[in-house]
Amino acid sequence: MTTPGQTVGPFFHLAVPHRGDELVPPAHPDAVRLHGFVLDGKGDPVPDAMLEIWQPDPQGRVVRAGGSLRRDGWTFTGWGRTSTDSAGHYSFCTLRPGAAAPGRAPFIAVTVFARGLTDRLFTRAYLPGDPAVLAADPLLSGLEPDRRATLIATGEPRGLAFDIRLQGDRETVFLDFRGYA
Amino acid sequence: MDTQAAIGEEMSKIQAADLGTGARQPRLDYPPYRSSLLRHPTKSLQQADPEMIELWAPCFGHQDAATEEADLTIQHTGQPIGERMVLSGRVTDGAGRPVAHQLVEIWQANAAGRYNHMRDQHPAPLDPNFTGVGRCLTDAGGRYRFVTIKPGPYPWRNHHNAWRPAHIHFSLFGSDFTQRLITQMYFPGDPLLALDPIHQSITDPRARERLVCAYDHELSTPEFNTGYRWDIVLTGARRTPTEDQP
Repeated sequence: MTTPGQTVGPFFHLAVPHRGDELVPPAHPDAVRLHGFVLDGKGDPVPDAMLEIWQPDPQGRVVRAGGSLRRDGWTFTGWGRTSTDSAGHYSFCTLRPGAAAPGRAPFIAVTVFARGLTDRLFTRAYLPGDPAVLAADPLLSGLEPDRRATLIATGEPRGLAFDIRLQGDRETVFLDFRGYA
Repeated sequence: MDTQAAIGEEMSKIQAADLGTGARQPRLDYPPYRSSLLRHPTKSLQQADPEMIELWAPCFGHQDAATEEADLTIQHTGQPIGERMVLSGRVTDGAGRPVAHQLVEIWQANAAGRYNHMRDQHPAPLDPNFTGVGRCLTDAGGRYRFVTIKPGPYPWRNHHNAWRPAHIHFSLFGSDFTQRLITQMYFPGDPLLALDPIHQSITDPRARERLVCAYDHELSTPEFNTGYRWDIVLTGARRTPTEDQP
């Protein structure tokens, strides 16, 4: 029988190596900031959430390199972890992921943990881009427009803004892979 | 604040309603755990096929977890206070295959039930010789092993006179992103388990039992430490180990 999950609780910071995790240094010419707020059902910030991201490199390749917890400053590992600050804001410095195959919509896989959240939640932060490519995505195409919008990051000159709403009107779409696990 | 009896009644009702549904994961919507009220999704989770990146888990190496980090009793100049214990087990996937060379992380309170964390203001002593964080990589057979001290129970403010059963937080990765698991391991025979809305958010008693370790005399060492065994089963991996190139 599968081992069930439990909340990450309030004391996970002990195990979080990075605040404002830098998968690449901000001085990297292609660095982008993936950032946003984690919000609860009242729209209040969640100051004790932990987020992990996992993404391919800019060429769309899966990276098989260690060193995500103790970075050497040179190796892009594709994985990062950070926590929200007291204002409920999180930030990663990373590279834009490439598409897994030509014509596919690139995205960053996101895992959300928080005190009060009994189990982890999976979602995706899609890069804003060609509407036709986004519309053809197997996940996005199956969602109503207002639900779909919760999965698409907002472009900024050197960044991607992506808020995560745990509950409420604009609740983020969270994913269940269980049927395929 | 609600009494333990009131919380207990809420928990019994939900458990009775869930009887026989086969729900083996915690309920995201579990009002007896008050902090969950505004923090659980109310829309159903969207079924999705994992795509390429989600068929792979991040890769960790020895630079991420030094051998000494598996011993939480040697991180300071002196010995921490408490019951020294070895905690060991195996990580396998849903098909029984070992999860080899993958990261296992733990964090926990000290023997007095206090976390080395600013937000923990429980008036119990900090232990200058105990931080409460460990990491290791599983071996080729999926086995992990930590040396630590047994954590104490601690109070929290979910309801009046609420106490968390002693537990160790575990973080696990599989071979696929979709297998990611963070959970809590508990100790056998703890009377606080039945009173705890976090543990009881898993309404299937057999699934709850999966989070309780077993005393293992084979892991005890004469005149030095007790031993506990806890095996972890992740969900099935879709990618097979032979598909070793992305």
